Amino acid sequence: MVSGGMRMNKMMASLAVVGLAMGLSGAVAQEAEHSEAEPTHFPIHKPEYESWSFAGPFGTYDKAQLQRGFKVYREVCSACHSMNYVPFRALEGLGYSEGQVKTIAAEYEVQDGPNADGDMFTRKAIPSDYFPSPYANPEAAAASNNGAAPPDLSLIAKARAVERGFPNFVFDIFTQYAEMGPDYIHALLTGYDQTPPQGMEIAEGTHYNPYFIAGKSLAMPKPLSDGQVTYDDGSPGTVDQYSRDVSAFLMWAAEPHMDDRKRMGFRVILFLLVMTGLVWATKRRIWADVPH
Amino acid sequence: MGAHSTYSPKTGIGRWVDARMPLPRLVHDSFVSFPVPRNLNYAYTFGGILALMLGAQILTGVVLAMHYAADTRFAFQSVEKVMRDVNSGWLLRYLHANGASMFFIAVYLHIARGLYYGSYKQPRELLWILGCIIYLLMMATGFMGYVLPWGQMSFWGATVITGFFTAIPLVGEWVQQLLLGGFAVDNPTLNRFFALHYLLPFMIAGVVVLHIWALHVVGQTNPTGIEVKSKTDTVAFTPYATVKDALGMIVFLILFSYFVFYLPNYLGHPDNYTIANPLKTPAHIVPEWYYLPFYAILRAITFNIGPIDSKLGGVLAMFGAIAVLFFVPWLDTSRVRSAAYRPWYKLFFWLFAINAIFLGWLGSRPAEGAYVIMSQLSTLYYFAFFLVIMPLLGLFETPRKLPGSITEAVLAKHGGHGAALPQGAAAAPEHKG
Repeated sequence: MVSGGMRMNKMMASLAVVGLAMGLSGAVAQEAEHSEAEPTHFPIHKPEYESWSFAGPFGTYDKAQLQRGFKVYREVCSACHSMNYVPFRALEGLGYSEGQVKTIAAEYEVQDGPNADGDMFTRKAIPSDYFPSPYANPEAAAASNNGAAPPDLSLIAKARAVERGFPNFVFDIFTQYAEMGPDYIHALLTGYDQTPPQGMEIAEGTHYNPYFIAGKSLAMPKPLSDGQVTYDDGSPGTVDQYSRDVSAFLMWAAEPHMDDRKRMGFRVILFLLVMTGLVWATKRRIWADVPH
Repeated sequence: MGAHSTYSPKTGIGRWVDARMPLPRLVHDSFVSFPVPRNLNYAYTFGGILALMLGAQILTGVVLAMHYAADTRFAFQSVEKVMRDVNSGWLLRYLHANGASMFFIAVYLHIARGLYYGSYKQPRELLWILGCIIYLLMMATGFMGYVLPWGQMSFWGATVITGFFTAIPLVGEWVQQLLLGGFAVDNPTLNRFFALHYLLPFMIAGVVVLHIWALHVVGQTNPTGIEVKSKTDTVAFTPYATVKDALGMIVFLILFSYFVFYLPNYLGHPDNYTIANPLKTPAHIVPEWYYLPFYAILRAITFNIGPIDSKLGGVLAMFGAIAVLFFVPWLDTSRVRSAAYRPWYKLFFWLFAINAIFLGWLGSRPAEGAYVIMSQLSTLYYFAFFLVIMPLLGLFETPRKLPGSITEAVLAKHGGHGAALPQGAAAAPEHKG
């Protein structure tokens, strides 16, 4: 795929050469000012490529994995992170039945009202409700978390992407690499437990993580530890597994219609290819007697 | 238009309408019998592709507007509703967002084709200028559209770009406040941007009509750059150009679909999936990819020039980079149109194209270190191409020998055989219809 892309056309090739030269000189320049203890570019380490069931043109979500990831979200992440744009009814996308979704929703309390007396009241959630936030408002969230409000997770898998840089951003078009978000989340969640290099200052109340996109440390402490969540399907209870599953779940939360999208895309492109052939044949016929 | 109309209505109703309001005649003369040079290549299909994209953007945009709330409290949420709950809403929004990018890819190739084949030269100066106006309107429309989802890049992009206007002496602040509807990007900004984002595409459509009108008065250029001299030089628009345009459009739709279905967020910025926060500036504020070359030019001016400080200088350079396009018909002094017969111009043109893409890449880099110097050199070449190379090359370059006519060029290419065939071509549509 990559080599096919590089053959694209003369203009792109020339651009690649010029850009590569510039990119290299830029990298060298940055290397010189880069100091291990006081890095200036983040993340310090780029995320590794993980293997995802939903990658590529025929990728689909692994529902068992999504359900495991949801369990991690529910038991760990949701203590601090909201997921404001995801309603319970959407959980049918994880393979739950209507009844199961009702049961899951009923485990949450949401505020409703005002009732006929003008009072607000709480009731059990129903599928059309949205996941309730762990905090009353962003100020409360910040106050409880050392001044940094935990971000909403509905779109986090699309809102975080480590810059690809040249020439990767060209290759990505042909490899269809679009899993920067889950790769980043997985890298971040498994990236704690590392000792900062000698001489690096870590601000008080923050935690060193070389995979963090916006600095050397972040306010969130290591959220997962081995054995913290018990899976029903016998999958290993490791930080790596939890991180992988919750990353997949968050990708689904950000892009619930991805399976439909890729399925439709295949049909649309197949149709257009057939059309191209037909119109091309028509064009050949019409122009057959006209030198041009 | 100009030429004699060959339209003859066959039915009574057709004649009745033709005598009162000859719209079918106009359509027939413009898109069926209209003569086009027989040697047009696929670079000439981008006009049709752009018309298709404008239509597609208006169509998806109108439906999206039915679900969108232009209010800072609800805008982001309403876009998420479209993505999650509206039937095929994700498709509509990805079509519209990627459609904007595709629109710009097509317009850049269309402009490049014009520059390469000298399409702007007399008598097509107005045709070219109308095209420049369309491009300017597209830039404004695209910019305001990007603000509507009310993500972080929407907000900060709007803040940076409207901030340019404060560089204008005396009236700058006033212009900026008029654009914003206040002192900072806020609800009034979002409201007026939405209104204008809905209005401008129809203004584009209006100028497109003028653009096509002007085209039909002066006729299309062609890869040789020689004017049409006889009937053998042309074929009828339908079916000859129609079918070529159709093929171009379908291939372009494959590219479009590839991005919509497999890489829908590739051309966007991840920060725009975070709701706008006026208290939190993103690490790097970058505009949409199609503005990046101009953004690089803006940031390349890091020095004061006499009374002009670097900020105003940058803004002038940026707007100048677009304004210079309007003068291209008079900057090019060559008597030969097409780069095919201008060896030096061809070289400088390709350097210009590579330089423009390189400027785009520089626009995405932080304005620091070596990038600044590279941007300055690139900006220098951008302006030198128009202001020095174009005027001088016409005086010093020895063009290759031009063929006597389009027909001669075509027949030479085909080794002399094949009918001269104008009549066959002109008559064919009637038979094949």
